[in-house]
Amino acid sequence: MVSPILELKNINKSFGHVQANKNINLIINQGTIHGIIGENGAGKSTLMSIVYGLYQADSGSIRVSGKEVKLKSPRDSIESGIGMVHQHFMLVENFTVLENIILGFEGELVFGHKLKKAKEDLKNLCDTYKLNIDLDSVISDLSVGFRQRVEILKSLYRGAEIFILDEPTGVLTPQEVDELFKILRSLKEEGKTIVLITHKLNEIMDLTSEVSVMRQGEVVGHTKTSDTNKEKLAEMMVGRSVLLRLNKEDAKLGDVVFKVENLTVKDDLDVTRVKNVSFEIRSGEILGLAGVTGNGQTELLEALSGIRKVESGNIYLNDEKVSDKENLLDPRKLKEKGLAHVPEDRQRMGLVTDFKAYENLIFGYHDQEPYSKSSILRDSDIITYSKKVMEEYDVRPRSPQLITSNFSGGNQQKIILSRELNESPKILLVGQPTRGVDIGAIEFIHQRLIDMRDKGAAILLVSVELDEVLSLSDRILVMFDGNIVGERINKDVTDRELGLLMAGVA
Amino acid sequence: MVTAVDKSKVPWWVSNLIVPLVNLTLALLVSALFIFIAGENPFQAVKLIIYGSFGYLDGFAYTLYYTTNFVFTGLAFAVAFHCRLFNIGGEGQAYIGGLGVFLVAINVSFLPVPIVWLLAIAGAVVFGAAWAFIPAYLQAKRGSHVVITTIMFNFIASSLMVFLLVDVIRDMKQMGPHTVALPKEIWFPTFKEFAALFGIKIRYSPLNISFLLAIAASFFVWFLVWKTKWGYEMRAVGHNTQAAIYAGISPYKNIIIAMCISGGLAGLLGINEILGVHHKIVAGFPAGYGFTGIAVALMGRNHPIGIFPAAFLFGILYQGGSEVTFDMPNITRYMFVAVQGVIILFSGALENLFRPQIESFFVNRLNRKVSV
Repeated sequence: MVSPILELKNINKSFGHVQANKNINLIINQGTIHGIIGENGAGKSTLMSIVYGLYQADSGSIRVSGKEVKLKSPRDSIESGIGMVHQHFMLVENFTVLENIILGFEGELVFGHKLKKAKEDLKNLCDTYKLNIDLDSVISDLSVGFRQRVEILKSLYRGAEIFILDEPTGVLTPQEVDELFKILRSLKEEGKTIVLITHKLNEIMDLTSEVSVMRQGEVVGHTKTSDTNKEKLAEMMVGRSVLLRLNKEDAKLGDVVFKVENLTVKDDLDVTRVKNVSFEIRSGEILGLAGVTGNGQTELLEALSGIRKVESGNIYLNDEKVSDKENLLDPRKLKEKGLAHVPEDRQRMGLVTDFKAYENLIFGYHDQEPYSKSSILRDSDIITYSKKVMEEYDVRPRSPQLITSNFSGGNQQKIILSRELNESPKILLVGQPTRGVDIGAIEFIHQRLIDMRDKGAAILLVSVELDEVLSLSDRILVMFDGNIVGERINKDVTDRELGLLMAGVA
Repeated sequence: MVTAVDKSKVPWWVSNLIVPLVNLTLALLVSALFIFIAGENPFQAVKLIIYGSFGYLDGFAYTLYYTTNFVFTGLAFAVAFHCRLFNIGGEGQAYIGGLGVFLVAINVSFLPVPIVWLLAIAGAVVFGAAWAFIPAYLQAKRGSHVVITTIMFNFIASSLMVFLLVDVIRDMKQMGPHTVALPKEIWFPTFKEFAALFGIKIRYSPLNISFLLAIAASFFVWFLVWKTKWGYEMRAVGHNTQAAIYAGISPYKNIIIAMCISGGLAGLLGINEILGVHHKIVAGFPAGYGFTGIAVALMGRNHPIGIFPAAFLFGILYQGGSEVTFDMPNITRYMFVAVQGVIILFSGALENLFRPQIESFFVNRLNRKVSV
C-alpha cells in the first residue's frame, strides 16, 4: 500500500516580483523514486530548497508522513528526515569522509568509544547500500562519483528517509551514473524515498516510477512513468512538441583546414593538462570532443583560440602555422583569419554581463567597420545590426539596450552564437554550446551548428554531454587525462563504448 | 536573503535620481543631528549654507571654484574605476600635475599666451599621467595592487614636492615653501575680470576659466568612456578581464591607459590652482581635493552627468560650511569634515542600504499601474 510521505500544498514563493513557484501541489509516495523534471528556471531547485529549509515559502504548507512541519532551516529538515545531495557538493576538501559526516553533529563524537560506535554504524550503512567507501580517505583524493556517495552516506547517517538529489548526474561519467542508479535502487528497496531533480529525460525513464513536470514555476503534469514516454515529457516541459532527433545529412568533407600537431598545454598552476595531442578537422565536418569535465578540454580550447600559451607543438590554420611555443596569435588576429570561438563558460568568458546586449553583440569585433570608425563607436549602426541579429537568432526579449545579465542563459548563449556565427567563420570552436540552456533553445542551437557545417565550416565541438556529441558530430575524439584516448566515426560507436573511453578504462 | 528585484524593470530615474536623493536626505538629517547636538540650530545652519554658497555673487563664485576642483578629481577617479581600478592617488597626481604646469609655464612664458596655456595643460596632463603610470605599470605587470601603490605615491609626491619647494625651486627671496610667481600675462582670467567687462563690480574670488576646462573635461570623459573603442575596451577589462582576454583585448594595455588618463585628469587640478589662483606652486595646494574626488565620483555614479552635480554639492558644502563656521562659534571646520564624511558614508558605503526597498517599491507600484 502506498502512503504519501511528503505532501506539498499550495506552495508559493517569489523573489521580488518574479514568482518562482506558483501554487505547487505535490504528493510523493513512500518507497518510490519520484522524478521532477523541467527546464532551467522552471522552479525545481527553488521548490526543493524550500523542502530542505534553505528558503521559506511565502505561503502553503508541507507535511511529512502526514504531520505538518515548519521547515525554517536545513536542520529542521534533517530532523524531519529529509536529506539533500546538492549539485555542488558541500564537503570540506581536506577532511576525511568520517570527519565530513560528523561535521555539525560532532558533539562528543570526536573522541572515544562513541566515535568508534559511529564508525561501526557507518560501516554497516556502507555495506547495506553497497556504497563501498573508505571512511578514512580524504575527500580531495576521491573522485566525483565517490564524493556524491559521501553525501548520500551523510544523509543516511543523519536518519534521512527522503533523499533529494539535484541534478546528480551532471558531473558523472556514464559508468558512475550506472553505479549511482544501483545505489538509488537499493535505497528504494530499503523503503527510502528518493526525489530526483533533473532535466534529462533518459534518467527519468530509467529510474523513476512517478514523474512531475514543472514549467515556469508551476507543476504542469504528474504521471506514472510507465504511462508516458520521452516525447510526451519533453512536450510537457517545453509546452510544445520538440524534435529530439536532429535532421542531419551525411557530412560533405572538404580539405583539412585546421590541424593540431603534438600540442602540449599547461594550466595556470603549471600542471600539464593537454599532453601531446594531434588531430585535424576538415571543412564541412563536426569533430566532437567528448570527455568528463577537467580532462584538459578547457585548456585545449583556450590554446586553440589564442588565449593560453602553447608549451610545445604547432597549430595550423589552412596550412599556415598560427601558433607554437614562441608565437601565439592573439584572438583578434585569429578572428581575422576566420576562426570563431564560442567559449565553454559564457558568463566568465563569452560575455561582459554588465554590458548592454548590443555591446556584447559586437564584443571582439568592436574595432571593425561598420561598428567603429577611427576608434569611435557608431552606436546607431551597432543597434540596427543588433536588432537584425536578435531577430534572426530569436533572442528574447529583443531589446539591444537591455543589460545582458537580465537575459536568460539560453538567450545569453544565443547572443554569443549570433556574434560568432555571423561572420561566417571557416573554423568554429564551440565549448559546451548548450550548458544550462533549455530544450527549446538546444534544438535551435544544434540546428544552427549543423547549418554552419553544411555551409562548409570546420567545427570542433567540446561537450560533456555525451548525447550532444553523439547527435551532432561526424567524428568523435575522446579525451582523458590530457590525452586523446580514442577516435571513432560516429556511425559505428555506442555510448557505452564512449563511456568506457571517457572513464579511461578502455 | 535580500529580495531580488528584476533590475530590468527599474526605471533609470529611480536608481539614478531617487536613490541618491534619499541617501543625501538621510545624510543631511544625520548632519542636522550633529549640529543640534553641538548646540546650534540646524535650520539656521542650512540657511547660512545656502546664503554662503548662493546668497551673493562672489560667494557663488567660490562655490563654483570648489566645484571645478572636485570635477577634475571626481572624473579622474571615475575613469580608472570604469576599468575597476581604485585610483586613490588623485592627490599625488594633482600635486605632480601642478609641478608640470609650473615648469612648462615658466619655461615657455615668452610664447603667445594661448599657446602657453595649451602647453601648460599638456604639462599638467603629462606629469599627472606619469605619476599614475608607475602604479599602473606595477599593477599590470606585477600585480601590485593600485590601492596600495597609489596611496604610497601620494606620500612620495608630497615629500618630493616639499624637497623641491625647499631646496630646488623655492623662491629664494622668500621664506615660505613656494616658488616664484608666474608672469602676470599668462595668469588665467578670473571671474572678477569677466564681470568687470560687463560693468559688474565684485570682490575677489578664485573662480577662473578653469571652470570651462572642467566642463570640457566632463564632456571628454563621457565621450571617451561610452563612445570610443578605448572606453569600450577599458570597461570590458573592468567588468570581466577573462572575457576581455577572450575577445583579444589586452588588460595590460588598458590598465595603463585608464590609469594614465585618470592621472592626467587629476593633474588638471594644478591648472586651476596654479594658473588660476596661486600663480605659483604652494606647498600642499591639493588640500584633500584628490580624496574628496573619490566621494564625488561614487556619489555621481562615475558618470560625468552625476559627477558634475555631486561636485557642485561638495562645492556648496565647502563654501557654505565656511560661512557657517564664521557665524556659529560652536561649529568648527572639522564639523564640516564630519558632515562630508556622513555624506560619503550614505552615498558611498551605505549606497545599497535602501536601494532594494526603494527599487522594489517603485517596481511594484509601476506594475500595478500597468496591470490596472
